[in-house]
Amino acid sequence: MSGIVRRAAASLYAFTFNLFERPMLAAQRAVGMRRVAWLFLLPNLVAFALFTFLPIGLNFVYALTGSDAILLADRPFVGTANFASLLDCASYLDPNSCRRDIFWRAVHNTGWFVLLQVGFMVALALVTALILNRDIPLRGFFRGVFFYPVLLSPVVVALIWKWVLQRYGVLNAGLEEIGAEPVNWLVRADWAFFWVVFVSIWAHMGFYVLILLAGLQAIPAHVYEAAEMDGTSKWRVFSRITMPLLMPTMVVVLVLSLIRAVQAFDEIYVLTGGGPGSATMLVLQYIYETGFASQPRLFGLAAAASILMAVVLFVLTLGQLWLTRSRAEGDSR
Amino acid sequence: MTNTRLTLGVALGAMVAASAASGAELRFSCYQDGVECDVWAEQLKQFEEENPDITVAVEVVPYQSILESLPVNLASGDGPDLARVTDFGGLAEYMLNVRDYVEDPESIEDRFGASLDWARVGGNAEDGIYVVVDQLTATGPFVNKTLFDQAGVEMPGEGATWEEWAEASRQVAEATQSPYAMAMDRSGHRFMGPAISYGAEIFQEDGAPITVDDGFRAFAEQFVAWHEDGTMAMDVWAGAGGATYQDAAQEFINGSLVFYLSGSWQIARFGRDIGDAFDWVAVPSPCGEVGCTGIPGGAGIVGFNHTEHPEEVGKLLEFIARDDVQAAVMAATKNIPASRTLQEEGIDYANASDQERAALEVFSSAVIDFSPVAYAFQGYANNRAIMNSTVERLTQAIVGEVALDAALERIDQDVAEAVEAAE
Repeated sequence: MSGIVRRAAASLYAFTFNLFERPMLAAQRAVGMRRVAWLFLLPNLVAFALFTFLPIGLNFVYALTGSDAILLADRPFVGTANFASLLDCASYLDPNSCRRDIFWRAVHNTGWFVLLQVGFMVALALVTALILNRDIPLRGFFRGVFFYPVLLSPVVVALIWKWVLQRYGVLNAGLEEIGAEPVNWLVRADWAFFWVVFVSIWAHMGFYVLILLAGLQAIPAHVYEAAEMDGTSKWRVFSRITMPLLMPTMVVVLVLSLIRAVQAFDEIYVLTGGGPGSATMLVLQYIYETGFASQPRLFGLAAAASILMAVVLFVLTLGQLWLTRSRAEGDSR
Repeated sequence: MTNTRLTLGVALGAMVAASAASGAELRFSCYQDGVECDVWAEQLKQFEEENPDITVAVEVVPYQSILESLPVNLASGDGPDLARVTDFGGLAEYMLNVRDYVEDPESIEDRFGASLDWARVGGNAEDGIYVVVDQLTATGPFVNKTLFDQAGVEMPGEGATWEEWAEASRQVAEATQSPYAMAMDRSGHRFMGPAISYGAEIFQEDGAPITVDDGFRAFAEQFVAWHEDGTMAMDVWAGAGGATYQDAAQEFINGSLVFYLSGSWQIARFGRDIGDAFDWVAVPSPCGEVGCTGIPGGAGIVGFNHTEHPEEVGKLLEFIARDDVQAAVMAATKNIPASRTLQEEGIDYANASDQERAALEVFSSAVIDFSPVAYAFQGYANNRAIMNSTVERLTQAIVGEVALDAALERIDQDVAEAVEAAE
């Protein structure tokens, strides 16, 4: 029986091989052996060119042109005026002194958001992963619980929390039940920012817990066994074994979460709409509103802001590469 | 060979016949406050019966899509053949002038003259027919009468000032432990009515905007102060960012709001959702230093100049403008007609409750007395720039992000820049 299966598989392989052999040989003859690889890359390159490089190029063209016209032919060249307008500030630390004060408020908010959201989320994800890596009861259930919010749509996440946090929401109902004063969570700027960070951590932490859990499980058990035999303290095991061996995974988590935090938009837009005022408006929402929700639609300004944001993301990505490479070089020495 | 030719000839003839029979399909993007698009979809069946070579596909879309996606589609030469819109000035450049495609342009001019002017801006022809308004709206307040009765506070009468209404609403909210005394939709359109009543002139003599003048400043100061002392519900203006629209209709429906400045388009919703839970009334706009006005407005159906079927769009708009059709739609949607003849004859709102009828009467008669500045503002091409900046900047002042003076200065800058960019 197994002989029949083997022969059938061999026939299928030969058929498939012969099917592609002729066109492959023809292609090699036509363009040469070395260049045939480009033929395989061509579909992907075309897709990249159409859906990545062309939009990037168009974005630059929009950033260097003015007016509210959408067709490039109708847009006058303004050089770097859009960038100059965005960067026109007496002090970058005081948005009120900037010509585009809302943009700089969004930049400040994004900076704080990234710092708080990434900082707390990575720390919490690490603690959670360490706990879930231990042999605790219902471990599978808890892993599922922490990962569950990742499966939800960001809009659903934001709507659920809006119902919880609004003036007559679940949280205030609970507070009133115990005799406490209700709080208008999404109308007070400080609380609104807190909840935006909190909800974002709640929604995304599970993903990073999963990555860190995989990193923890990749650490060889014999290293811990050797440390145990030496009577090493738990803190020393964590700081001298777990953390150094987990560091490559931590770098990935840190950079991924940083990039994701800079790009945050959907949950916050639904939860607070960037308000109250501009207290929770991040750069991506500013770009969207400037380009699509304002009148007139300042596509050039929005494109320039998105290029500035891309530069920040590029620097973050370079940072990741640098950290990963220096780590790899350190390991190889 | 002969058979082949014959077959080809028959096939070609069949294709031509099929093509002629298939006629034009018009795409109509429609948003609704209540049931407007559902009612239009029903009415348009009659149009299709009268014009068997034209079919109309009604696509119901969210209002946000009309405000944000439609202009981008139109700017790139794409989009539906017709749409139901409110931003007549902003979309004017994309609108199709159907004057040459309708059989009786004078009748439309005679009946819809005032609202036709709202789209005759920018480079549009002064006698062009671009829009048929199917919902004339007026901003104005709704009051929870039951709360006033329970509180034993007398409701201010016609000619009462904003301060008198604020004081009465505060008393009622306190006596009935209602969470909100007053609320106003988060909309620059709503804000401009009281601002004009306080003396805002909006335009200079040459027609250029001077958004922030003494009248505008006076109401802005009052408005921010009412948020600070808790008279105005913080949740509405402070509860969103940017220039996002937000209303307080649900709070009014829940019975937790005493005085609500919104507009006539809420009547059908209140009639349906409040039912007999409590008594509510529409009252005339409160007065400021120089007047007691709301702002007119409306939704209208427009064709777009990229359409491949301008004649069919013209036919459809002429059908939509017919008084019998308008009367049926107004009765079913409980809206105020824009047609002069229907305003004079009156609409038989057969399905409306007494409260709805009374409210429609208040708004219908208020429209006539609105300030000329209010009409000029509604017809101004860049009015959305003023409205958006007003909302965004005043919210910043309300939540304490910037001082009111700084916010007002920014409004002037934003509007000047928007006007410059638009030109």
